Amino acid sequence: MNNGAQKPLKLLLIDDEKGFVEVMSKRLSKRNIQVTKALSGTGGIQALRGEDFDVAVVDLKMEDMDGLEVLKIFKTMVPQMPVIMLTGHGSEEAAREGIRLGAFDYLTKPCELEELVQKIHEAVGARR
Amino acid sequence: MRQDPKTRNNYYSMLTRKMVLIMLLVSVIPMLLVSWSILYEFRTSYREKVFDHLCELVQKHTQGIDGFLKERLADIRFLAETFGFEDLSDESFLRDRLETLQKDYGPVFVDLGVINARGLQVAYAGPFRLERALYSSAPWFKNAMKTRYFISDVFLGLRGLPHFIVAVRENWNGEAWILRATIDFGAFNRLVENIQVGRTGFAFILNTHGELQTKAHEDIFRDTKTYMSLLKRTRSQKNRMTIVEARDFSGKKKIYVSTLLKDGQWMMVFQQDAGDAFSEFKGTRTTALVIILLGALAIATVALILSKMMVDRIARADREKERMNEQVIQAGKLAVIGELAAGIAHEINNPVAIMVEEAGWIGDLLQDEQFQNSANLEELKRAVGQIRTQGRRCKEITHKLLSFARKTDPRIQDVGVNDLIKELIQFSEQRAKYARVTINTRLQEDLPFVRASQSELQQVFLNLINNALDAMEKEGGILNITTHLQGDYLVVEVSDTGPGIPEANLQRIFDPFFTTKPVGKGTGLGLSICYGIIKKMGGEINVKSALGKGTTFTITLPTEPRTASGQSGGIQNTSSAKESHHE
Repeated sequence: MNNGAQKPLKLLLIDDEKGFVEVMSKRLSKRNIQVTKALSGTGGIQALRGEDFDVAVVDLKMEDMDGLEVLKIFKTMVPQMPVIMLTGHGSEEAAREGIRLGAFDYLTKPCELEELVQKIHEAVGARR
Repeated sequence: MRQDPKTRNNYYSMLTRKMVLIMLLVSVIPMLLVSWSILYEFRTSYREKVFDHLCELVQKHTQGIDGFLKERLADIRFLAETFGFEDLSDESFLRDRLETLQKDYGPVFVDLGVINARGLQVAYAGPFRLERALYSSAPWFKNAMKTRYFISDVFLGLRGLPHFIVAVRENWNGEAWILRATIDFGAFNRLVENIQVGRTGFAFILNTHGELQTKAHEDIFRDTKTYMSLLKRTRSQKNRMTIVEARDFSGKKKIYVSTLLKDGQWMMVFQQDAGDAFSEFKGTRTTALVIILLGALAIATVALILSKMMVDRIARADREKERMNEQVIQAGKLAVIGELAAGIAHEINNPVAIMVEEAGWIGDLLQDEQFQNSANLEELKRAVGQIRTQGRRCKEITHKLLSFARKTDPRIQDVGVNDLIKELIQFSEQRAKYARVTINTRLQEDLPFVRASQSELQQVFLNLINNALDAMEKEGGILNITTHLQGDYLVVEVSDTGPGIPEANLQRIFDPFFTTKPVGKGTGLGLSICYGIIKKMGGEINVKSALGKGTTFTITLPTEPRTASGQSGGIQNTSSAKESHHE
């Protein structure tokens, strides 16, 4: 429990599933990760315009925008920010395409929280 | 699609009948036509030949008889012209002449007689007592007086015996006299009787009144009408000869050949039963008919056997097709289920993810100090854990569904089946131990590669191994896995010693969602996934089962021509996502 000791990581979570975003942000903040929630690709892009993030987690399948599109835009806006993708089982092909486009890695939904947290730290660590 | 067997059998027997009929029609009809035309031609030419032969025969004999008559007349003429009335009137001289004639010609000449103009026989030599006989009123005498040479019809005359007369008229001292000779009827008759053809062919001579000039034959008298018309016809004929086929009084078909002789005064008739005349033809025809009949019989037999064979083959092909159709339907079912499953899985994944995370959140909160003293802390933790466990199970199910439906990454590569199986056994060893199952393998060395997606093939074998272990979980048992090569196909057998599968279930075993496992234990997708994968590879998956003895799954896979010796490293690159369905 070293919540106060370290500066919390700033994470941008983009997923059109509101329930998922809510619970994830709660759980992640309990693990010293400050989550900015976005329920759509465009929302995510707007949030990124306003501030910087240490890492972004993007769902590949969203209603308004393909996760890969979001990834491409992010990579042009803030190329150094690592992006972790969330993908449904069976869409690994798209995830691999994401990695080719510069994503850090992907996780298959539903994933274990601990796995995600570990990936986030890996990603941030890799950047530093 | 499936017809009931009765309609089907009806259909096939109808097909057989049709084929037999068509084959018979196309082979027997031409055969009959050809045979008939050949027989017809043969009959026509044979008839002509018979007719020609008969005509020639009759003509020859007619000429012979005509010649005979003319010669006899010439003999008499020679006598009359050489010796004259005076010499011949001397009865002893006449007897000498008769003897000479009889010596030369046999008993053809019966007697000789010299008759004066008044019809008185002035001299006679012969066996009868006819000296001084008066012939002035005899028809032959009247006729003989009119012409120089005369041959009479056959008549009974003074002696009451059938005979005929050859006469020559000469003049002596301004008065006519006649030398006549009686020709032996028997000798003459023999000439005609000699004409014998077959069983029923015979000849006879009629005069212009239809009176018989030769010995009577049983049938002749009853057919006078026929002969009279024949005579008329023959007379009108240029060569004085005619040949007809007609029915006689009894309706029997006969051949009549007739020709005129003795300057048209007589008519020679030859008659023969048509059946007798054409007997050889009839024999030939019978032979031909027998051959045709045998041919037709042979054709019919062949047609029957051939049709039976072909229909059998068609029936087999139909059954094969039906099986194929079923497989296509099965594959179609799989595809539909696949799409459905993918949709459901995607939809379910998100709520399940949220549920699991919310449970995780509760778990997180429970770690806060304020809950640490709660009496039900352990129970709450257990409940949260349970929610997460069940959520994970949901995830497994959806993952299975998705891998079933997934348009798989079709990275087909060379797969060494033996290595794959060995690796999978390592996976399953722990579970097998727990279930008291011994795993035996008998893997043939140096098997060729199989072109397949590694993960898919893995999925198939793992599924079969898991099923086998499930089946033997209660009692324990032996799991046998063997591989061997059968022609160009690699055969993998996975057999257990479990309780076996009832016949009724065996047919549905590859259907999606068919499961005999208790609710919540199986999705019923495993084997249908296997089925889909193996079919896609061009292989076969079959199941055999005996209740109480066990179940054997046999997979047949097409192989690569090269051998897989030394291949072992190609199986390591399984992604984390794929590993999840081996749990």
